[in-house]
Amino acid sequence: MDITNNYFEVFGLPVEYDINLRQLSERYHDLQRQFHPDRHVAKTARERRLSEQYTTFVNQAYGELKSPLQRAEYLLGMMGADHGDESLSTLDPDFLMEQMSLREALAEVREADDSEASLQEVANHATSHYAALQREFSEQYSRADVHSAADTVARMQFFYKLLKEIEQLEHELDDY
Amino acid sequence: MVLLQISEPGQSPEPHQHRRAVGIDLGTTNSLVATVRSGTPELLTDSAGNQLLPSVVRYQANGAVAVGTQAYDALVDDPLNTLVSVKRFIGRGAEDIKRLGTQLPYELVSGSAGMPNFRTCAGDISPVAASAEILKVLVERSESALGGPLDGAVITVPAYFDESQRQATKDAATLAGLKVLRLLNEPTAAAVAYGLDQQGEGLIAVYDLGGGTFDISVLRLSRGVFEVLSTGGDSALGGDDFDRALAGWIGEQADLGDNLDPFQQRQLLKLARNAKEALSVTEQTPVSVADWQGSVSRSLLNELIDPLIAKTLQACKRALRDAGIQATEIDNVVMVGGSTRTHRVKERVREVFGREPLLNVDPDQVVAVGAALQADVLVGNRPGDETLLLDVIPLSLGIETMGGLMEKMIYRNTTIPVAKAQDFTTFKDGQTAMAIHVLQGERELVSDCRSLARFELRDIPPMVAGSAKIRVKFQVDADGLLSVSARELVSGVESHVDVKPSYGLNDDEVTRMLRESYTHAKDDMQLRALREQQVEADRLFEDLSAALAQDGKALLDDREYHCLEVALEDLGRVRNSGRHRDIARHVEIVSKTSEEFAARRMNASIKKALAGHSIDEIDRGE
Repeated sequence: MDITNNYFEVFGLPVEYDINLRQLSERYHDLQRQFHPDRHVAKTARERRLSEQYTTFVNQAYGELKSPLQRAEYLLGMMGADHGDESLSTLDPDFLMEQMSLREALAEVREADDSEASLQEVANHATSHYAALQREFSEQYSRADVHSAADTVARMQFFYKLLKEIEQLEHELDDY
Repeated sequence: MVLLQISEPGQSPEPHQHRRAVGIDLGTTNSLVATVRSGTPELLTDSAGNQLLPSVVRYQANGAVAVGTQAYDALVDDPLNTLVSVKRFIGRGAEDIKRLGTQLPYELVSGSAGMPNFRTCAGDISPVAASAEILKVLVERSESALGGPLDGAVITVPAYFDESQRQATKDAATLAGLKVLRLLNEPTAAAVAYGLDQQGEGLIAVYDLGGGTFDISVLRLSRGVFEVLSTGGDSALGGDDFDRALAGWIGEQADLGDNLDPFQQRQLLKLARNAKEALSVTEQTPVSVADWQGSVSRSLLNELIDPLIAKTLQACKRALRDAGIQATEIDNVVMVGGSTRTHRVKERVREVFGREPLLNVDPDQVVAVGAALQADVLVGNRPGDETLLLDVIPLSLGIETMGGLMEKMIYRNTTIPVAKAQDFTTFKDGQTAMAIHVLQGERELVSDCRSLARFELRDIPPMVAGSAKIRVKFQVDADGLLSVSARELVSGVESHVDVKPSYGLNDDEVTRMLRESYTHAKDDMQLRALREQQVEADRLFEDLSAALAQDGKALLDDREYHCLEVALEDLGRVRNSGRHRDIARHVEIVSKTSEEFAARRMNASIKKALAGHSIDEIDRGE
């Protein structure tokens, strides 16, 4: 798709981490109003196909910018670094220790007397860490510190996965 | 806001032609059809004035097919040839059906691709074919009410329907000769019906409990955009299960034993259903079966159905969590489906959301009304209407990877249309083929997910393990239907499938069935083909003429402009020739010729849309 240089431009937003999510969603709606396949049902097959392609692109862009992790990964990519590149993230042993202890805490939730309360505790911890990392990334990005930013993204990835696991466990606890 | 249409001299706009469009709620128990006339939605009735068409189809030995009330009346006397709740079977495999429970009064036989068929005295009938019969009746009803052939229909499906079930529903429409404008999720349709009179903003939860399916959707409504945030449910749970639970209890009390024949089963279910409906208004109702006489109280019914309702409430919690909101943040709870009339359901939903659910649109009608409104928009009868629905896929899509694991490519609750590509590689030296197994579901093990399709990418040039790069691309369209392609990037070898789920019909079958249904009406088929091509030609003609007038001079050079003009003239001539193949060929030619122009126009309007934003910013002083 050759219409814009980057996802931020699609929504007319400045290229930065702390974007206005409300603005993002308003502009997303504006674009959808124009390009969504529902707007082109009565048109020719060719126009329907084009509209589907553009909407798919807009959905993709919106999805990535909306997610704190994917937005960070995307910006990192724009800085010329690949978030899958492990050589960039020199994870310190403290963080590895923290990972292990959080995973242990999560594993123990099932056996706990009050599973829900202990799960909530892990969840709160993870959520606040995740938020702090987002602030860190924003600051690192604004001073173009690629190495630290890549490191932060790697940490965010860990917490993102952890939060997903917590969610999964919540569902499981609900079901019994 | 009323916009005045201003036209250049000599370019007066075409008088707007009203197109015939309907919304169809193809329900488990009953089906309905609605349309919009003079801006007001209206349910269409049969000649006797009935809105509800019981979703019952009866096949007779002489080849006659009865649908609706007439079939329903034969339910108890002719249970094997009278099909009810067909929606529970559509797009499902034999394995799923077993899970639906053993109390099925039919004889099921295995059809093509493991898809179950009903054995009737008129032969083996697929759930798709039976659904098509219901649709045909609704189409006839619509065409006689609207005075001509339909331009298209929106058909609703439970939000929680998977790929197979959606595809099978679309196949049924094709068999019924119906042009589907869109498959619309039932809760979304309901939200549209409510949104209309409320002009609301905010968060809506739609609790939709029908005869055989349960859906919960959480939506955000803002400035005419309905954005589905999450959806969930159970496509095999509904009011029918309440009946079954109560029937089971009555059967026990009356000592009927386990080996009821289909006739007795039907009778017992009908009895249970009547008792359930009576308990929506009274506290106690008498029941008698065989030589047993007794009564059922509301509290007994509650006890029997509470575990079922609890399942729906779990799904609600999950949907709220997926949407990232609390129950208390919901501004409105909309109740949909006949089973929400059950007293206990209302009570429990009120408890969970802490507010009185909305019931001011008839829960049986609300889906059809919403579908009709959307059909009216889609078919182009409401230019300037700002309503837009942004829907999601209900279940994650992925492929099988090493060790029998499901690798998710597109997560549930992703807004559609959507595309996602991911690269995979070979794991053996010299590997020349790769099997791709497409799956749907949330679980990690392939065996716990639904298998949608398998295909192979062949002729990969032999390479060292891990050096081939195979890009698998998933594309889900606005109807929620998936196609998958795979491509080896080094050699460019490519393979593609439109996912015709394993339990759906394949194209050959649809074609065969279509041909069979048309054998008596060959001329009809010719005429239909001609008409379809003329409609397409007219659309193209209208659109391209307007586009040329608007942007032709700005976006095309003289040669390009002239080319398109000539192609358009040709098309206009051929359109009236009455030869559908010629028309089709010309439509194809004009489409190809104008492709580049269409792309430039899209790009131009994106730029305009973006430019519009900066003006906003200046206005707001940002």
